[in-house]
Amino acid sequence: MAADAKPMQSDLGLYDYLPWNERPKIVWPGNKKIAVWIAPNIEFYEYDPPNNPTRTPWARPNPDVLQYSHRDYGNRVGWQRMMAAMDRAGFRGSVSLNVALCDHHPEIIRACADRGWEFFSHGIYNTRYVYNMTIEQEREIIRDAFDTVRKHTGQELAGWLSPALSNNFWTMDILSEAGIQYTCDMFHDDQPMPVKVKSGRLISMPYSLEMNDVIVYNTQKVTPRHYGEIIKRQFDQLYKEGAESGTVMCIPLHPYLVGQPHRIDAFAEAIEYIAGHDGVWQTTGREIAEAYHASGAYDAFNAAMAAHKAEGGSR
Amino acid sequence: MPLPDNYLEYPHRRYGMDHDRYDWSDMFQRKPIAWPNGARIALSLVTHVQYFPLDMPSKPFKAPGALSMPYPDFRYYTNRDYGNRVGVFRVLRLLAEKGLKTSFAINGIIAKRYPALLRAVVEGGHEIVAHGLDMGKVHHSGLSEEEENAIVVEALRLLREESGQAVTGWLSPGRAQSFNTPDILARNGVAYGLDWANDDLPYEMRTGAGPLVAMPLAYETDDRVVADEYFQSEPQWVQQVRDRFDVLYRESAEGGGRVMSLPLHSWVSGMPYRIEYLREVLDYILSHDGVWNAPAGEICAAFRASN
Repeated sequence: MAADAKPMQSDLGLYDYLPWNERPKIVWPGNKKIAVWIAPNIEFYEYDPPNNPTRTPWARPNPDVLQYSHRDYGNRVGWQRMMAAMDRAGFRGSVSLNVALCDHHPEIIRACADRGWEFFSHGIYNTRYVYNMTIEQEREIIRDAFDTVRKHTGQELAGWLSPALSNNFWTMDILSEAGIQYTCDMFHDDQPMPVKVKSGRLISMPYSLEMNDVIVYNTQKVTPRHYGEIIKRQFDQLYKEGAESGTVMCIPLHPYLVGQPHRIDAFAEAIEYIAGHDGVWQTTGREIAEAYHASGAYDAFNAAMAAHKAEGGSR
Repeated sequence: MPLPDNYLEYPHRRYGMDHDRYDWSDMFQRKPIAWPNGARIALSLVTHVQYFPLDMPSKPFKAPGALSMPYPDFRYYTNRDYGNRVGVFRVLRLLAEKGLKTSFAINGIIAKRYPALLRAVVEGGHEIVAHGLDMGKVHHSGLSEEEENAIVVEALRLLREESGQAVTGWLSPGRAQSFNTPDILARNGVAYGLDWANDDLPYEMRTGAGPLVAMPLAYETDDRVVADEYFQSEPQWVQQVRDRFDVLYRESAEGGGRVMSLPLHSWVSGMPYRIEYLREVLDYILSHDGVWNAPAGEICAAFRASN
């Protein structure tokens, strides 16, 4: 085992269990019922990436030109269709960014920045994983991400989605230590909540596997029109529940998938449907994190959790 | 073992692509393409005609549609061969009814095994595209350049000799390539390839023997992908192909000519219960003004002329 390794645990204890019916009410700005944010994963997959012992980037030997070119479609064609659909519905994006894309395709970065989109980090490349890294190596990835995004956009990173969803048991601690405010790597809830880290006030931001087009299209093999349907149903339910306490809905996207001609219209129609509701806060990950803290929700959650434990609740 | 520190080094982190095959370009910022007679859509049908050998190797990977049962796998060997015996003729008949001249991507070995099939395709007025040698011969970086070149040479020779056509289009089995494939293809007189899935329009690749045009081939609305990888129904395939066409047609009003590519397989769309869904798709597309149907090679030539 490497110096930083330790035996596997059944649970890393990163978040508390506070039953849905005992939670303090979350109030979004303007008393909106639901915060809806869209997270386009603007990614760069390498043609000839090095191997990681835990995960091989491509199923076929390098170069896997079919899969590589399929991803590249997003940066040549798909991103424009996705962006146009979001513009029409009045959504800004929170870009889940492989930060090397700033170097490869500054034109895409500029188009996003011009629209006031947020950039958060999705690692350097989607073909480089943090598996088997030392803590120091992973800290270097975080530094690189902060520096690259600052240099190209002037933005200070607030959010993080680990590259290709690869993580280590210490990842949340070192993200928070570096100043990251929200993580998108955990899919356990429809509301933001504190993540228990060694320092800082990191929160978990509802992202979603099930609304994520890469899961929908590549894993679940859903049709484009059905994707439009499930987005609307997910929204309808969270909108209704948001009348009691603010909810969050995220739509994670990949322009190489949603930006295909046979898919874009069903998606566009779904987000226009969402935007047509009065109680919707069309926002970004960064703004949700800020509102969560500013409204006192972070402290209220911790206080309610302490009370729940004092009454004998588990954990 | 911790990762070596060079895992955090990125030698190709630079402007543009991380290789030299082609330049990055934003499809929506390119000079609009003008198709012949002011057409808005170039309709490119590419029917795969494939031979899956009973002893096909599984290393380093199998092409999609490969045999998957223990040897001798009669089940899939014969199911795929159905396309060569029956399915392809059903597709040919439908194309003839519609008066369409299209491309057929054919494994080279078919020219030797089933010369009558090749003749029927040629007599139908279609273009022969080389689809490698057979579905067991995937191209990958484990092959030496000489080994891979020999496969390309043999596939092209068989198809050129039997068809009498120049055969300047290429589709690799499983759309798989090595680092050398585009160079080898260009060196052997191939003008365009259909493997890369990164664009809705043709674009030029660099090779050691001059440019090679990458022609679009819509991976995700391929009949085999939708049926065998997504497990979606034929009506769902029809819907997606129509939706794809609608968006491309709409974009062509302002953005210049588009290519509507439709990959088909003789052993998929050539099934009795599927052929009328293909008719439905063709009827829908052909009901629009400004649709120009042509073999991929002619569309490639028109792209070059327009560029």
